[in-house]
Amino acid sequence: MPTAADIKARLMVGMEIHVELATRSKMFTSAPNVAHPDYFDAEPNSLCDPVVLGMPGVLPVMNRRAVEMSMLVGLALGCTINRKTKWDRKSYYYPDLPKNYQISQYDQPLCIDGSVESPVSDQPGAATRTIRIIRAHLEEDAGKLLHEAPGGFAIDYSIVDLNRAGTPLLEIVTHPDFDSAEQVVAFGQALRNICRFLGVTEGIMQKGHMRFEPNINVVIERDGKTYKTPIVEIKNLNSFKALHGAVNYEYQRQIDEWLETGVVMKAGAKSTRGWDDTTGSTFLQREKEEAHDYRYFPDPDLVHVVVDDAWMARVKAQLLELPLAREKRYIETLGMSVKDARALIDEPRACLFFEAVLAAGVDAKRASSIMLNNLAKRANERACRVDELGISASQVKAIADLSAADKIGSAAADDLIGLCCESANKDADPLKLAEQRGLLQVSDDSALDEWVQQVIAQNEKVVAQIKAGKESAIMSLMGGVMKLSKGKANAKVVQEKLRKALLG
Amino acid sequence: MPQKLTEQEVRHVAKLGRLRLGDHEVRQMTDKLSAVLDYVSKLNELDVSNVEPMAHAMDMANVLRDDVERPGLSIDLVLANAPEQSPPFIKVPKVIDDGGGA
Amino acid sequence: MDPTQTTLIGLRDAIAARKVSATETVKAYLHRIDRYNPPINAYHEVYDDLALKRAADVDAGNIKGPLAGVPIAAKDNMCTSYGRTTCSSRMLENFRAPYDCTAVKKLEDAGAIILGKTILDEFAMGSSTENSAFGPTRNPWDRDRVPGGSSGGSAAALAADLCAGSLGSDTGGSIRQPAALCGLVGLKPTYGRVSRYGLVAFASSLDQIGPFTRTVADSALLLQVMSGHDPLDSTSADIPVPDYVGELNQPLTGVRIGLAKQYLSDANDPVVAKAIDDAVAAFKKRGATIVEVDLPHTQYGIPTYYIVATAEASSNLARYDGVRYGHRTEHPEDLIDLYSRSRAEGFGPEVKRRIMLGTYVLSSGYYDAYYLRALKVRRLIKGDFDKAFEKCDAVLCPTTTGPAFRFGEKTDNPLEMYLNDVYTVNANLAGIPGVSVPGGFATVNGTKLPIGLQLLGKVFDESRLLRLAAVIEAEAGCSAQRPKL
Repeated sequence: MPTAADIKARLMVGMEIHVELATRSKMFTSAPNVAHPDYFDAEPNSLCDPVVLGMPGVLPVMNRRAVEMSMLVGLALGCTINRKTKWDRKSYYYPDLPKNYQISQYDQPLCIDGSVESPVSDQPGAATRTIRIIRAHLEEDAGKLLHEAPGGFAIDYSIVDLNRAGTPLLEIVTHPDFDSAEQVVAFGQALRNICRFLGVTEGIMQKGHMRFEPNINVVIERDGKTYKTPIVEIKNLNSFKALHGAVNYEYQRQIDEWLETGVVMKAGAKSTRGWDDTTGSTFLQREKEEAHDYRYFPDPDLVHVVVDDAWMARVKAQLLELPLAREKRYIETLGMSVKDARALIDEPRACLFFEAVLAAGVDAKRASSIMLNNLAKRANERACRVDELGISASQVKAIADLSAADKIGSAAADDLIGLCCESANKDADPLKLAEQRGLLQVSDDSALDEWVQQVIAQNEKVVAQIKAGKESAIMSLMGGVMKLSKGKANAKVVQEKLRKALLG
Repeated sequence: MPQKLTEQEVRHVAKLGRLRLGDHEVRQMTDKLSAVLDYVSKLNELDVSNVEPMAHAMDMANVLRDDVERPGLSIDLVLANAPEQSPPFIKVPKVIDDGGGA
Repeated sequence: MDPTQTTLIGLRDAIAARKVSATETVKAYLHRIDRYNPPINAYHEVYDDLALKRAADVDAGNIKGPLAGVPIAAKDNMCTSYGRTTCSSRMLENFRAPYDCTAVKKLEDAGAIILGKTILDEFAMGSSTENSAFGPTRNPWDRDRVPGGSSGGSAAALAADLCAGSLGSDTGGSIRQPAALCGLVGLKPTYGRVSRYGLVAFASSLDQIGPFTRTVADSALLLQVMSGHDPLDSTSADIPVPDYVGELNQPLTGVRIGLAKQYLSDANDPVVAKAIDDAVAAFKKRGATIVEVDLPHTQYGIPTYYIVATAEASSNLARYDGVRYGHRTEHPEDLIDLYSRSRAEGFGPEVKRRIMLGTYVLSSGYYDAYYLRALKVRRLIKGDFDKAFEKCDAVLCPTTTGPAFRFGEKTDNPLEMYLNDVYTVNANLAGIPGVSVPGGFATVNGTKLPIGLQLLGKVFDESRLLRLAAVIEAEAGCSAQRPKL
């Protein structure tokens, strides 16, 4: 029997990713969408209308926004958008699938033949690898079948919650272009960032907004011959940790199995396994023999989607600079640190506010500092996003200008920023606010000189200490000037004057 | 003349369609369906090699809805026709398998 | 006046002129239903209280419209938010819909009063209304004979004057054939003319709702009210609704009537053949040209229909599983048991047969040979009509080969039953409108039995179709005739 030492093994992974789109209403009816932030906390079965419930005589009507979101993602993935696309019914019976068929796309998907330059790991500046996208199509999500009552209580029946049924779902399928778990995870993360950036999903992994199904097999070389293990599909992974664990586990498991049984890939012999987080292993769910006959046929209740040039142009105009390119620009062109760049890009809407601040004329360093320190602090306190604080990009610019001109110190700048975040000060002129609140520094030479002289005159002992070498005592003289000026003296200039006067 | 369908095929189709058929029904179904399938094979007389399939009665495109939500049904109406329920959920026998085929 | 013995428009006008009140009208119909429904079983549910309440509202002037106070029956596969919608099936015996069928709602918005829901072949699958789980409906002209199907209840109800008009659905002839067998005008509109929302789907690309009436003018009125685009139905046409009633009086100059030899079969009863000849003469008298047209793929309509319709039906009926609504079996062992027993108990034999057939033709390995091929033949059938309509404006043909058959005559062999639809299915496959008009009577064993003539028209050309139907109506002179009950 061959051993691990006799062979060379190469992992092959293709990915199927399901993305829940954050439209306001469902894919084929106007009931509210659980994947939209406004409905995250909806009570079970509260987002169901007759179409969702698959009641007799009701009919599906397509959501335009879901189609457009899918086109956006397709374009971002370099896909060709099929100018004519259709809907098919995929039949199988399950309690979370109200009609006992899913409306999906079989042979004319919305997007085909794309490719992405995906980083091979999440290290900054990592090399990229071309990942080819076979297709991306739209379908409706199923509801949820639960086997314990809410709160974890055991029940001897199962229960159905159809809130998620009918949510628009974008299914993206790649070629088996991955050969490591790191690449798979990096791609998943990049895809998540792209989708969040385009505003098509909130991408909250714990809510199942993105689900991964890696298709895994191993190419083994021994004695000049090549063997391929049977393909295994791992169902429904919804965390990057699970994705990483499952891919690595399968790689090893398949090698071990081949070493023991020698079984190789046969046409159509794909098995399905699930991932168990607690044991860190995959387990068998379904062999090919029990595979479904989905009986795909064109859905007679829905008409074709024809994408003309005008529609394509409207959608293309909504495409934004994507996260990877943006990160590169922030680091290389704007000189930001990797940490700062990633922190800014992480929240798309806040990032766009940052861009607005840059566009208003604030330099990158100061802008990112304001975003990541002054504004982030307040966003945390108010449990909202930076772009929701209420301060405008032009207000940030005005405050940044005041700082740059030394008219306010850093503490005053922070105060001003805080004031502009208050709704009463919406659109207020920061200069006027600074004047009203006495935040402006005094930088006038004669005033400062006077205070400096006064303090020197009143503190002979400290002056002597400073002249003798204890430079740190300048700070106490500083304190004196600040007191005299009621805090308005330009601290930086004062310190310079003191040093000049006492140390030459 | 051999029948178009075997009883085994009928049982398979009944499983696909989730219809429980007794043995007697399987036999009857096999006979009746075989007769119909025999009759519809008449379509094989035609040459359809260059014909586009017609799945819809009218050629329409782009019937699309604005993304505006409307409230769902109240939980009472959702459950009003449900044979077994544990409000707000619908009850089914305990399921211990993988989870559908999506 | 007796409000139950006039035309729909006549009754509408009488109510509007206060010659008779809506309340008197509804009471008169309810009285007739009490007396004449039990032997024919046309109605499954009657909404006495609701109807009387609406009638009171009409009389008080609170409800107005072109159908104010007119009592209508609806086929029980049209969902209403009152009463139950059963599709004459045990599967939906107690189903209460929280929504309304758009077409029914449009009639109600025009002031109509829905008297009740009528019996059908279960889930609209059948041509005799023998497949109902709640007993068959009997033809008022001869109670040993079928009223036709699947809209037998709606046809029988009107034929027996248990309503002023009724609604049916037509997937392969289920309005036109019962209309012919019961002596009524039955119209299947162009596919997409009337919304399908709330109509329990049988075959989605073939189904249409349409009216049963005594006269062509009545039909024009109901069609006008129920037609129009519905945002809840993606297949409903966004095309303006003509003034069908007003346009009835437009002249028919230069019209060309097509006759296809494929419909003039030896199998036709002599009375049917003669009715065709009489109609041809009537058209000629009015200056129409008679043109020979060829519909060479006619004979492939039935096999095409029974593949396409059952395939779609097998999918449309998958939702009936006892989980969220409908019949659920008691004490299921597991999920598969829940599904397969609930469906076995809830569905009748014909429904099961069609689900099986439809599932088979879509299944792996058979899709191309059956379903895909049928979709292609469908295109050929449509092509026949496209070519024919270059030469003519409507095709004149029988609706059925003969009058109503006896109960049980065709139930042994489903194939024989399916062949009833030979003159009607092709219109559904092609999406074109068709109307059946009373064309005369056959006398069988001393009993007078109606037969119908059919006109098949171009898409969205119902206006002309109805005008042509009025010619046959005037010529045959059967509209006022009623069965002896």
